[in-house]
Amino acid sequence: MEEAVMEKTEFEPTIIAFCCNWCAYAGADLAGTSRFEYPTNVRIIRVMCTGRIDPTIILSAFRSGADGVLIAGCHPGDCHYVKGNYAMERRFNFLKDILKHLGIEPERLILEWVSAAEGGKFAALIRNVTKQIKDLGPNPLKRQ
Amino acid sequence: MKEEPRIGVFVCHCGVNIGGVVDVPKVVEYAKTLPHVAYAEDNIYTCSEAGIDSIKDAIKKFNLDRVVVSSCTPRTHEPLFRAACEEAGLNKYLFEMANIREQCSWVHPKEPEKATEKANDLVRMAVARATWLEPETEPEVEIKDSALVIGAGIAGMTAALTLANQGFKIYLVEKEDEVGGYVRRLYKLYPTMEEASKIIGPIIEAVKNHKNIKLLTSTTVEEVGGYVGNFNVTVTKKSEKISLEVGTIIVACGGLNYEPAKGLYQYGVYDHIITQLQLDQLLRGGKLGKPERVIMIQCVGARKGEIRGYELESFPKSDTAKLLGKVLKAKKEEGWPYCSRICCMNAIKNAILIKTVSPETDVIILYSDLRVYKEYEDFYSKARDLEVKFIKFLEIVTPEVTQTPDKRLKVLAYDMLAGREAEFVADWVVLSTPLIPHKDEVMLARMLKIPISPDGFLMEAHLKLRPVDTTMDGIYLAGVSSGPKDVPETITSAKAAAARAAILMANRKMRSEAIMAVVDEDLCIGCGLCEELCPYGAPRVEEGKSKIIDVLCRGCGVCAAECPRRAITMRHFNDQQFLAQVDAAIVPEGLEVEGA
Repeated sequence: MEEAVMEKTEFEPTIIAFCCNWCAYAGADLAGTSRFEYPTNVRIIRVMCTGRIDPTIILSAFRSGADGVLIAGCHPGDCHYVKGNYAMERRFNFLKDILKHLGIEPERLILEWVSAAEGGKFAALIRNVTKQIKDLGPNPLKRQ
Repeated sequence: MKEEPRIGVFVCHCGVNIGGVVDVPKVVEYAKTLPHVAYAEDNIYTCSEAGIDSIKDAIKKFNLDRVVVSSCTPRTHEPLFRAACEEAGLNKYLFEMANIREQCSWVHPKEPEKATEKANDLVRMAVARATWLEPETEPEVEIKDSALVIGAGIAGMTAALTLANQGFKIYLVEKEDEVGGYVRRLYKLYPTMEEASKIIGPIIEAVKNHKNIKLLTSTTVEEVGGYVGNFNVTVTKKSEKISLEVGTIIVACGGLNYEPAKGLYQYGVYDHIITQLQLDQLLRGGKLGKPERVIMIQCVGARKGEIRGYELESFPKSDTAKLLGKVLKAKKEEGWPYCSRICCMNAIKNAILIKTVSPETDVIILYSDLRVYKEYEDFYSKARDLEVKFIKFLEIVTPEVTQTPDKRLKVLAYDMLAGREAEFVADWVVLSTPLIPHKDEVMLARMLKIPISPDGFLMEAHLKLRPVDTTMDGIYLAGVSSGPKDVPETITSAKAAAARAAILMANRKMRSEAIMAVVDEDLCIGCGLCEELCPYGAPRVEEGKSKIIDVLCRGCGVCAAECPRRAITMRHFNDQQFLAQVDAAIVPEGLEVEGA
């Protein structure tokens, strides 16, 4: 973390966001149509449901060098596919443990619920996540 | 990949919406450097007629086999561009979008350079994904033009009649030996005060005489197999088994009136403490007489406690009977969590009925919240005009019922508006109890593979957008099966359910998205995890291997993500497509796609 502070040019993290088609992706669209500004660090990948996100895909993202991974899905009880977001939440909990063992700060993996009506929340989420990952510095796998 | 893909990239200016921030020509130049990109251009509006024609021309001219449009959100524009691909002879699943408007120019207006860089990244990711896209075909299934309606109450009969009048063959199954359900037992209905028998009578006659309705009374549903369009149902009529083949199913199993546990407000302990339904019977038989005072207590056993639908689901499938016992016991002790909607009007109706036959009787309604919605406000005013008294009690200090030495009843309540305790001696205490799910419902939910909501009723597919639908295609809910409703609401939902079923049956076939799960049988060990996870019952383990019923799969992919053998692939969202996209999000230059 100290390294990041000492760097002269500000560290710009790359963050991959997996957004479900029905809630979070629509929330991101609404942030756009409402012109809510947020940092440029996030790259969104559309999935039908957060339940589809295989743990290996998340680990691959870190292996490829992502500094942070955000998963955004429907609020509990609102899943378009009834309960896919609960499956993701279960995986999220054990993935945090796995990341710890791999020497990756578990705080680099973020799970949040964003509805299609929450454009403002989406923009705020991206601002917070970007700051959080900036504070953590580059992905330790990349530093080695 | 058999041949090297030839991808065409179309970057949209969207007038100034994208072009005003992102350097579009630069993005086009960048796209041309990406692997497999055979052609790239920019358009002022790709979605305009000129833009669409340009895509179609380029597909033919440059022999493109994949198309990436870099413009706005696929949630609105994907169907349009997919159609353009199809018109040019390209499978529509070979199309991909990069969203550089909502996700880029509109949210980064003050950082044009960074926005252009991000647009490059998004195009690169879309191209990487497009590289691995495959043509897909959408599955189609035949729909039989017959329906099963479970329950011949007012909801089931209305749904059956609506469908039968459209020419569909209906099997109407009723567990009791008589049709009419709950409404048959009622005396008068609010707000018109019409006799229930006058409303239900003609419907019963119509059902019995309809040539398209096969009415099966004293019949229970034993087993439901198959899927949308092709359900195989076994019913038992007095130990005789009958097999039915239907295209759709409407569940109208109705509800019950909650009978309070013994001792709740001294119910079952002292005489003359009854429920609203019992009062209904007394009024119907003219047996109430002319009492001095009647006190009604609202929300008895309602809006309290908690039913945990997910607990019902976590029970082993074989233990239905035990589960049922446990659930019902829990409910008896705790009450039901929801507002039953009808009790306020029902109490007012009975109060008015008492006042009509015996104007001298003092009627008091004790409530914590009175919910008289839409036109029922007038109904409430009418009761006040008749001098029915409404007293709001404090919810946490529920009224107390005791017996006086001369065997009358004494009710003690905290009158919130007066700010003091009030005591009344009454001849009758009437408890307003909620409508609750029918006890057969858990069994039906299991058979039909539809979930139960936290309130204990059958769950609709979406609270706002898909009422009367269930998560299972071809199965619909009518009436109280999905929650408490009064008669007009029940009829509305029954007709809605019938209309939904009719759409499928009139079309005779159904197509679904090609985004769906495919099982590699060599890898599958038949563990059944997919079957357990799937909310739609699409995977079925047969002979040790999981099989996906195409039309039932909605493509969420939860099975693919959880399969311990990684035997399930999602069409159009497979691992390779994902990983290519993830890699492309990171690797800034010299992107290499594996196996290309």
